[in-house]
Amino acid sequence: MSDHEYVPKSKFGKWFNDRLPLLTLASHLADYPTPKNLNYWWTFGGILTFCLITQIVTGLTLAMHYIAHADLAFESVEHIMRDVNYGWLIRYIHSNGASMFFLAVYIHIFRSLFYGSYKSPREIIWIIGIIIYLLMMAAAFMGYVLPWGQMSFWGATVITNLFSAIPLVGVGIVEWLWGGYSVDNPTLTRFFTLHYLIPFLILGLVVLHIWALHIPGNNNPVGIDVKKPSKDTVPFHPYIVIKDAFALLMFMIIFAFFVFYSPNILGHADNYIEANPMVTPAHIVPEWYLLPFYAILRSVPDKLMGVIAMLSAILILAALPWLDTSKIRSAVFRPLYKQFYWILVVDVLILGYVGAMPAEGLYLLIARVATAYYFIHFLIILPVLGSKEKTIPLPLSITEPVLGGAPMASAVKKKESLN
Amino acid sequence: MKNIFKITYLIIFLLAGISQINAEEKVDLLKTDWSFKGLFGKFDRGSLQRGYQVYTEVCAGCHSMKYVSYRNLSEPGGPEFSEEQAKAIAANFEVTDGPNSDGEMFIRPAKLSDKFVKPFENVKAAQAANGGAYPPDMSVLAKARSGGVDYIYSLLLGYEDAPSGVTLDDGVYYNKYMYGNKIKMSQPLMDDAVEYSDGTKATEEQMAKDVTTFLMWAAEPHLESRHKMGFKAILYLILLTILVYFSMKKIWSRIESEV
Repeated sequence: MSDHEYVPKSKFGKWFNDRLPLLTLASHLADYPTPKNLNYWWTFGGILTFCLITQIVTGLTLAMHYIAHADLAFESVEHIMRDVNYGWLIRYIHSNGASMFFLAVYIHIFRSLFYGSYKSPREIIWIIGIIIYLLMMAAAFMGYVLPWGQMSFWGATVITNLFSAIPLVGVGIVEWLWGGYSVDNPTLTRFFTLHYLIPFLILGLVVLHIWALHIPGNNNPVGIDVKKPSKDTVPFHPYIVIKDAFALLMFMIIFAFFVFYSPNILGHADNYIEANPMVTPAHIVPEWYLLPFYAILRSVPDKLMGVIAMLSAILILAALPWLDTSKIRSAVFRPLYKQFYWILVVDVLILGYVGAMPAEGLYLLIARVATAYYFIHFLIILPVLGSKEKTIPLPLSITEPVLGGAPMASAVKKKESLN
Repeated sequence: MKNIFKITYLIIFLLAGISQINAEEKVDLLKTDWSFKGLFGKFDRGSLQRGYQVYTEVCAGCHSMKYVSYRNLSEPGGPEFSEEQAKAIAANFEVTDGPNSDGEMFIRPAKLSDKFVKPFENVKAAQAANGGAYPPDMSVLAKARSGGVDYIYSLLLGYEDAPSGVTLDDGVYYNKYMYGNKIKMSQPLMDDAVEYSDGTKATEEQMAKDVTTFLMWAAEPHLESRHKMGFKAILYLILLTILVYFSMKKIWSRIESEV
């Protein structure tokens, strides 16, 4: 993969590397030419890797003490919180880690949207990313069920019931998912099994995601192809490693504030009440990171159509490389797209807000308008924009802007002042 | 560097929004100073011990606390009764143990390792004795209500005569802060309901504050060590971040570019 052949110095190293080229891989990763104009929005890939590993390590530890049984799950979580050494720390890292993971993944996704990182030749990276995101949602949803609190139970009931909207086989599918006639012990044990499995699937996909990234190399804020290696690039180590480490530490400070000082603020109080099939909570709300999709689901009056709309809202992202017809990647050179991009960001935030509110009156109306706009953005605005938009001329390289041109890229401006 | 601030602002903005959403159900709850809030928040030992007294003399008649053990009463970060005191407290209660070598169940005084003895055998028995309402277990109650300790404190002090137009059934009481304003628990705290041994005057507010502090500890027995560790962890992270920042500046100064 590397442009130059790596030869280990030691005799043993050479012997080993001829049989399994791990050292070649390590050298490729260290030398990997990276555009030097990457900004801090690019540090979230590393942050996400950290989040995944944190979730796996804390999750494994929790699984050693957790009991996946409807009568014992809630108690075993309290056992972890009270009697397991630093159990409270591990559990709070894991539960807040899920929120931090989603916070980082949303920033990562919206960075791709802004800089057009999903465009040719990076479609496969993008699609693998969408699959990872889907698996993350599944893992998070099932993980939320495990403490067997009221929100766990009723959230599981509401979400699994969505499948009953499928004509003819819907009810059968739901009972198959439950392993019975309601959410109960068989549901809990299978959710635990899948919650344990999915992170490792994600880990495998992350390897593919990074592998696919290393073929074309990173996109960058200017969005033009970079010759590599060249003076436009820096080796991954130490330049990007140290920058990622810095950003990761900033992220960890925020993370730590949640874990140590408001560990329950992102959760719902009702989940500290043990699951009770006879008592329905006043409002059943999913975790904050699923709220925009929950809003889309509820904004459609028909149940089946609502489920279809919710799924399409995610799957439409997979088609994005072909829906966005513009050849220009970075929004920096697309004045109109840039405005629509920010409208989309606001739209999704609004969807998240109304997702937490009761689906009635003005909230429902807002949710419907925002849902409609979400689809209009991807299905109408993006395809049309590609041919209609007047874009700003691209610089020739990330270090040399076009002569006389005044690109708006701040990166380019900075270069000018330096040269 | 400008970008870092942008990112940080955005994150804080987002998270503030999220916590806002989760806090939307809050009505105007009564406020009091909780010693356990804030970066260095600690429990007030005296308040915890008094709170235990209120719990055991007033609440424990109906409310269980099934995840807390007698040994917890003498552990650091809690009421910190001495081990002898905790043993004596436990010995006041009886638990069924066994079977013994004859195959018989027997009754013995509770030990430090036992969980708090429940007032009722099961949920049905609790409901039967309380007009059909189940007095919730209090182990994690302070975390199980939106509004947390402020809500519990307000509820304890929120009993009022029902406004005109509201009719109450027998055994139902009016409470300003209860969801739906109707509650099956009669007003639990009246002035001097307990007699504090440390001389503190047992006003309604004082007892409500003490017992709520005790409930917070019961729900989060490791709160103090969490706050202590959090301060050290965050301080360490900030120092490390500064060091890494300067390392980064140094490394990137080798090439002509801006980080």
